[in-house]
Amino acid sequence: MSMFQIFKVSGSAVSAQSQRLNVVASNLANVDTVAGPDGQAYKARQVMFQTEMMGATGAPGDPAAAGVRVSTITEDQTPGRRIHDPKNPQADAEGYVTYSNVNAVEEMVNMISASRSYQNNIEVMNTAKSLLLKTLQMGQG
Amino acid sequence: MIKQLTDTLNFQTQALVLRSERQRLIASNIANADTPGYKARDMDFSRALKEATGNLGASSGMATTQAGHISPPAGARSDAQMLYGAPSQTNLDNNSVDMDRERASFADNSIKYEATLRFINGSVRTMLDSMKSHNAS
Repeated sequence: MSMFQIFKVSGSAVSAQSQRLNVVASNLANVDTVAGPDGQAYKARQVMFQTEMMGATGAPGDPAAAGVRVSTITEDQTPGRRIHDPKNPQADAEGYVTYSNVNAVEEMVNMISASRSYQNNIEVMNTAKSLLLKTLQMGQG
Repeated sequence: MIKQLTDTLNFQTQALVLRSERQRLIASNIANADTPGYKARDMDFSRALKEATGNLGASSGMATTQAGHISPPAGARSDAQMLYGAPSQTNLDNNSVDMDRERASFADNSIKYEATLRFINGSVRTMLDSMKSHNAS
């Protein structure tokens, strides 16, 4: 029955959004890390979503059951902030310290959007569950 | 005679099946609200119901005159006839899901699903009532 696939679809969305929240948390945790001895600071990460068809087996390309999954996690390649601080033990030859390229404001907006999507999909699952339970009681007065 | 008894029930059953398919479609739209390039789909419910209850012949699929011809499913439930939601605001990532509209459609569809359930329950109860013997004793 079509309604059972809603759990698969919304479940995939909830899992994808939680991976997105994970990535946001990693980025925010590494806002102030400096470059290590290899000269590479932390690069902000982003998830890429992709539609994944979850139709019943034997129904290829069923357009109605489109779930979502995380296809890749890309790294932002913009160079990190460079602060002039010769006293810092991590300063390079010219006295610059390279921090990560995480933009805290962008990450907060990302987090708000991810949590709204998460809540929406939880609500879809709850509604589908209560409708199915009522369907089970059909005909029982 | 049985047909007259179950005709109403048949109609409501078809409506229930189509409501649950539309529910799944809207849930897919909500799940893909953040996917770049995703286009929101919807189905023409009244037309699909008319086709399913036989009041409207399924729109002509492709004619198959040779043995090797493929005949894709026709009708309002097939992929070819499903409608696209018109995007109300353009997006940089070409995602056309309007979350407010999807939420409203989801709530609307849930209410109608419950209404169909109530109608079915009512029909069943009427049938059961009419089968009871009302002997005044």
